[in-house]
Amino acid sequence: MAIQSRDQAEVSAVRRFAPVLAALVGMAVIAIGVVILADRNAATNLLASIYEALGNTQGAADLERGVGDQLLAKVVLGLVALVVGVGGIWMLYIGVSAVVGLLSPRWQGRILPWVFVIPAIGLLTVYLIYPTIGTIVTSFTVQTNGDPLANYKQLATPQFIGIIGNNLIWLVVATGGSVLLGLLIAGMVDRVRREALAKTFIFLPLAISFIGASVIWRFMYEWNPPGQQQIGLVNAVWTGLGFDPVRWVQDQPANTYALILIFVWLQTGFAMVVLSAAIKGVSVEIIEAARLDGANERQLFLRVIVPIIRGSIITVTTTIAIVVLKVFDIIYVMTGGRYGTDVIANRMFIEFYEFFNDGRAAALASVLFLAVVPIMFVNVRNLRRQGVGS
Amino acid sequence: MTAPARSAERLKPVSAWRPAILRSAPLRIAVVAICILWSIPTLGLLVTSVRDPAEITTSGWWTALLNPLQYNWTLNNYQTVVASEGFITAFINSLVVTIPATVIPITIAAFAAYAFAWIRFPFRGLLFAIVVGLLVVPLQMSLIPVLRLYADVQLNGTFLGIWLAHTAFGLPLAIFLLYNFISQLPRDLFESAAIDGASHFQVFMRLVLPLSVPAIGAFAIFQFLWVWNDLLVALTFLGTGEEQRVLPSALMVLNGNRGGQWHFLTAGAFVTMVVPLLVFLFLQRAFVRGILAGSVKS
Repeated sequence: MAIQSRDQAEVSAVRRFAPVLAALVGMAVIAIGVVILADRNAATNLLASIYEALGNTQGAADLERGVGDQLLAKVVLGLVALVVGVGGIWMLYIGVSAVVGLLSPRWQGRILPWVFVIPAIGLLTVYLIYPTIGTIVTSFTVQTNGDPLANYKQLATPQFIGIIGNNLIWLVVATGGSVLLGLLIAGMVDRVRREALAKTFIFLPLAISFIGASVIWRFMYEWNPPGQQQIGLVNAVWTGLGFDPVRWVQDQPANTYALILIFVWLQTGFAMVVLSAAIKGVSVEIIEAARLDGANERQLFLRVIVPIIRGSIITVTTTIAIVVLKVFDIIYVMTGGRYGTDVIANRMFIEFYEFFNDGRAAALASVLFLAVVPIMFVNVRNLRRQGVGS
Repeated sequence: MTAPARSAERLKPVSAWRPAILRSAPLRIAVVAICILWSIPTLGLLVTSVRDPAEITTSGWWTALLNPLQYNWTLNNYQTVVASEGFITAFINSLVVTIPATVIPITIAAFAAYAFAWIRFPFRGLLFAIVVGLLVVPLQMSLIPVLRLYADVQLNGTFLGIWLAHTAFGLPLAIFLLYNFISQLPRDLFESAAIDGASHFQVFMRLVLPLSVPAIGAFAIFQFLWVWNDLLVALTFLGTGEEQRVLPSALMVLNGNRGGQWHFLTAGAFVTMVVPLLVFLFLQRAFVRGILAGSVKS
């Protein structure tokens, strides 16, 4: 073995030193970044100091007075966030894994995985695990007047029973409507040419926000007194059929279904895409065999294809049911929960945000959580069955 | 997800005994009808947003669409919404919130997903099970404690606060999707890399990241649309103050203040929708792939 030259020794010293430096720089970038960004006036202050440094004192002064390039300031802030958020994290990963690389292989193997997972686990702990526990605790301890169950007992009042009833209507009709329509359309488009184009039309609303969709449909449901020109399409058709115009958003009980229709319009595309992929996965041989046995198209679809893709139908149903449980925007924007349309997620937000009833809001959130716990267990069990992490 | 060509192929030979056109005509008409029905609400919004305000309230948009020459068309509604209703600020805010809130979770999730998929360490199974469990936890569970925490550390109403929140809320799905993809990469790849003396970090950089581009892209579109369209997190952590509000919050405020002024509302709604619609139309395939990867798990 050759004797290591001085040059090589220096190079290897640099090599050893560089990762430590990278790790330190990464940490410094993140730390400085967080300090800069954790300020309500971060955008203006940041650009102002850049202007200051460039000698543009006028621009800096303008910004601090709340005029000037406010928009540019925000863009700069966003860029800094990207540099800090992405660059800083990368530096940290690069640096720390290189530092770990200096250790003996045994210690490397022990420490490195944690370097990779700790940022994720840390964020999940702070933003999801701790709050979940915190919310449950809050529901039993805040605004309870000594009775830990007080917040839950309030849920037994007629108002809340109505809300929970609405949630059940939503769960059944919105989930069922989206899945059945999605299944039907998936089965239909599978048999026409230009399938992709047809799917795009159904799928497009998925890109639209709940609030955007709410505005779209509030216009569809617009009501004018009888005899006047209806500018909402639904009432125009309705009066065209000879009926009196209906206040679709206010009149009970039709209004809950009118809101559910918005959801179905948005989510059918999701069900269709997933189920359409599942239908394409059904083997040609099975379909041919069913046809040879004399099955017509309807029988083929209902008795052969649907049972085969049952797994996908269940997955889609649970996924949409979870979205339904959490739906808040549509109700908040369309009615604010009035006219008998309230649901748990909206009530939770109103209790929390408008009435500052943290305890009751926490109890409502916990009810939502309770509803998804079974799904959580099924998911984790399926995972175990696949042998993940064994 | 076999090739779409198969579905066409498998239909032809068996039912050839009836003329193809006759057989499929009702079906085709039904599909076209559904497509039209599904597009009407959005079309109505778009048409109304470029109509004369006075005419919007006196005639149906469909009448104007069918007799375009008898009605007045204008882009003023957009001008007004953008100039005086704060939609430019909101648009910039949306970009500033959404882009980091998309890129940062991908970075963090990719490292974690690689470790979960290919490195053995204690509690790996347990930790990954927790991640999967968190997939379905309603956001509502997080709001109260996180808002209190933010009040203590002065993060309420800051962009940093909402970036971190969106990052964390997006992580379970990001880790899950990327894990599904990365764990399916061929084992030989990692074994030969290990023989060559590559460290985990090098393997991650040189093999895993480049190979995971499809999964990363799919999640990126997913998260981008989610954050861009989100109202709940934005209302909670940024509020509706004019300087900080994002597009969905701006539209909500507009809806509250100018509920009956459809020329403002339709134009405002379309401004909030234009970026997601473009992203969606151009990246539809990747988006569909993301949805399938996220929901169809054998």
